[in-house]
Amino acid sequence: MKDVSTLTIIGGVNKEGIPENIKSIEFNKGEIIGIVGPTGSGKSTLIDDIEQLARGDTASRRHILINGEVPDVAIRVDPRLKLVAQLSQKMHFLADMTVEDFLSMHARSRGKNPKLVHRVLELANTLTGEPIALHQQLTALSGGQSRSLMTADIAIISDSPIVLIDEIENAGIRKQEALELLACEGKIVIVVTHDPVLALMATRRIVMKNGGMIDVITTTLHEQQLCYKIAEVDNWLLSLREIIRRGDLVEGTV
Amino acid sequence: MKLVVLAGTPGSGKTSVLLHTIKALLSLGNNPTVVKIDCLWTEDDQRFKKLGIPVRVGLAKDMCPDHFTIYNTEDMLKWAESEGSDMLLNETAGLCLRCAPYPDGCLAVCVIDVTAGPNTPLKVGPLLTTADIVVMTKGDVVSQAEREVFRERVLDVNPTCSIVEANGLTGKGSFELAELIRVFPDISIEMKLRYNPPLAICSLCTGEMRVARKYHMGVLRNLDGFMEYRGE
Repeated sequence: MKDVSTLTIIGGVNKEGIPENIKSIEFNKGEIIGIVGPTGSGKSTLIDDIEQLARGDTASRRHILINGEVPDVAIRVDPRLKLVAQLSQKMHFLADMTVEDFLSMHARSRGKNPKLVHRVLELANTLTGEPIALHQQLTALSGGQSRSLMTADIAIISDSPIVLIDEIENAGIRKQEALELLACEGKIVIVVTHDPVLALMATRRIVMKNGGMIDVITTTLHEQQLCYKIAEVDNWLLSLREIIRRGDLVEGTV
Repeated sequence: MKLVVLAGTPGSGKTSVLLHTIKALLSLGNNPTVVKIDCLWTEDDQRFKKLGIPVRVGLAKDMCPDHFTIYNTEDMLKWAESEGSDMLLNETAGLCLRCAPYPDGCLAVCVIDVTAGPNTPLKVGPLLTTADIVVMTKGDVVSQAEREVFRERVLDVNPTCSIVEANGLTGKGSFELAELIRVFPDISIEMKLRYNPPLAICSLCTGEMRVARKYHMGVLRNLDGFMEYRGE
């Protein structure tokens, strides 16, 4: 796989066709970048631009550079050469196939060993409370099962130097575990999120408005310290959620 | 003169992809003309007219829409030439998936919708397998993995095609497709179809309405696959 040390976004235009505030931004290997902004502000479009390595040919007119250069066309289209893995907001599969057929087909499309299927399944089952079996139809999986499978699939089969994640907190899976899985060392991770823990885990966050990048905030030292506190609260809330899910009383456990 | 034949499954986004591609071609200095073929009714010509280019509509009515397209190809090209155009973009209706209305000298583009599922490329037949370019639409509705699996299936049935991922809403892929059209050579004088039309001609083709088997003549196929000629 090609080594990616930097990813650059060259700014384009917002929804009104006005040039974006941010003319250029570069990310380094090992960085986690957040994308924040209200609904409809263009977060998913930015993610899509990166996924398709835009070259001024998308609605935003942005350009994406890898290691400071315009990437080769083949890298853009051939999954065997792809540098980008994307976990989108999609909660369901539309493919009318079994889990096993789909995963082995996907492994083939990425030029990987079809035996990886078992590892994907094992990993997916650590992320979801409802176990998935290889013979199940993809379309019959629940939202949480689908997202777990998509996450595990990206971690193992689509293993790429650039990882894009769109709103993992809405996925009905253990979000921090999922992020740790996808954001392993030496990758560039870009995550659309409004979850305070995830957003503050990022080194920088891009602020979106009306289709354009309007600002880049570097996470302050104080914010980083706050992040630990928020994570504690978050885990506490998560444990309460589990108690309620089990049908137990919260009273007495707190 | 270049000939582009754009076919695809119903509702796959042929017209939307074509509209964006025409905008790209116009911005690159080309003079495209469009002929839209449909079966019974269309108002897509209004959408093309808004781009200020010459547009014609052909309705196949009682005739098979693919046969209609092929029969009228010469006329369409003459018309495009009389309009001073350098490329004719022909959007077909293509329904039964048995034919492929692609002449050998044209740029054959098959538009296919990824939401139809990864088994679809196996069902589409010559429309897909004899195409030069396969345009995958609606990729924004599925996960990246599904797009990649779909792509693999397309390459299984048509290993030499170029694949363009397009979006009829945002215009994604339109510049890529426009570039592929621009570099494609002009048509030759004598064109032949890439794929043979159906072999069977039967009494139903000529208007028989009675269902009972005894009324049918021609080249017919039984449920078990056995094919026979019945008649005089």
